[in-house]
Amino acid sequence: MRNILTFLVGGLFGVGISMSGMANPAKVINFFDIAGTWDPSLAFVMGGAVIVAFVGYRLVLRRSAPVYDPNFDIPQNRKLDARLLIGSGIFGIGWGMAGFCPGGALPALGTLNVDVIVFMAALIAGMLATRVVMERMAAQKAASKPAQ
Amino acid sequence: MITEFTPIASTVGGILIGLATVFLMLLRGRIMGATGILAGAMLPASRYDWIWRALVLAGMFTGPWVYFALFGELPDIDVPVSTVMLIVGGFIVGIGVTVGSGCTSGHGVCGMARLSPRSFVATGVFMLTTGLTVYVVRHMMGV
Repeated sequence: MRNILTFLVGGLFGVGISMSGMANPAKVINFFDIAGTWDPSLAFVMGGAVIVAFVGYRLVLRRSAPVYDPNFDIPQNRKLDARLLIGSGIFGIGWGMAGFCPGGALPALGTLNVDVIVFMAALIAGMLATRVVMERMAAQKAASKPAQ
Repeated sequence: MITEFTPIASTVGGILIGLATVFLMLLRGRIMGATGILAGAMLPASRYDWIWRALVLAGMFTGPWVYFALFGELPDIDVPVSTVMLIVGGFIVGIGVTVGSGCTSGHGVCGMARLSPRSFVATGVFMLTTGLTVYVVRHMMGV
């Protein structure tokens, strides 16, 4: 039952993305093209999703634990660091170029659309390459510290 | 390319995204962030950790087909940019979401819904740079 429901949650997200227009780069880019062929639809996606999640989270987090797992796994980091700003800034440049974001493209991958496959391959390459570089930098930083 | 304004479909889609976000927290205690779920599925911490991620991803892939069953057609996927832009853009998205620890779903929906200051800042920054990029590409480079 746990696995079936987890799968269905993914399905619900996928249907939502499909209906919303987030899987359609033409629509995503037009949302940001206020000076051109503006299509404000995606404000309604963000609005609907955030309001439902805001109310739902408040109800769910009254529980002491999730239904099937021992703990709520919620990010605790509250630092507004350079990494957050730089990373988010870079993400936006790519999103504006390609028109797909990860949450929009993942469900669309189910259609085996060639453009989506190309985008996802590039996305994964970027994620893995960055992970390797970040791990190297962390290792160098650790090695350069004097031994205690 | 002009796209049709779809406030009702987009609101309904947003509500379903919100519900999925809430149910993943209720059932599994996890954030519905596409970046985090995908990254963790590729480099899982444990077998247990991999299974829920793989199930969510597999469920996501069925989304367009459920849409097909409901409406008799697949959702529109119109790509108004060149393949080179798609590849370069995709690679840059991969860098950005990894460095910034999240994307539209993780920061934009989950993080804003739990009033995380990091996510408010992240969402503000990427909405701004996305808008600037679209302006530069469309109106200054004329692509």
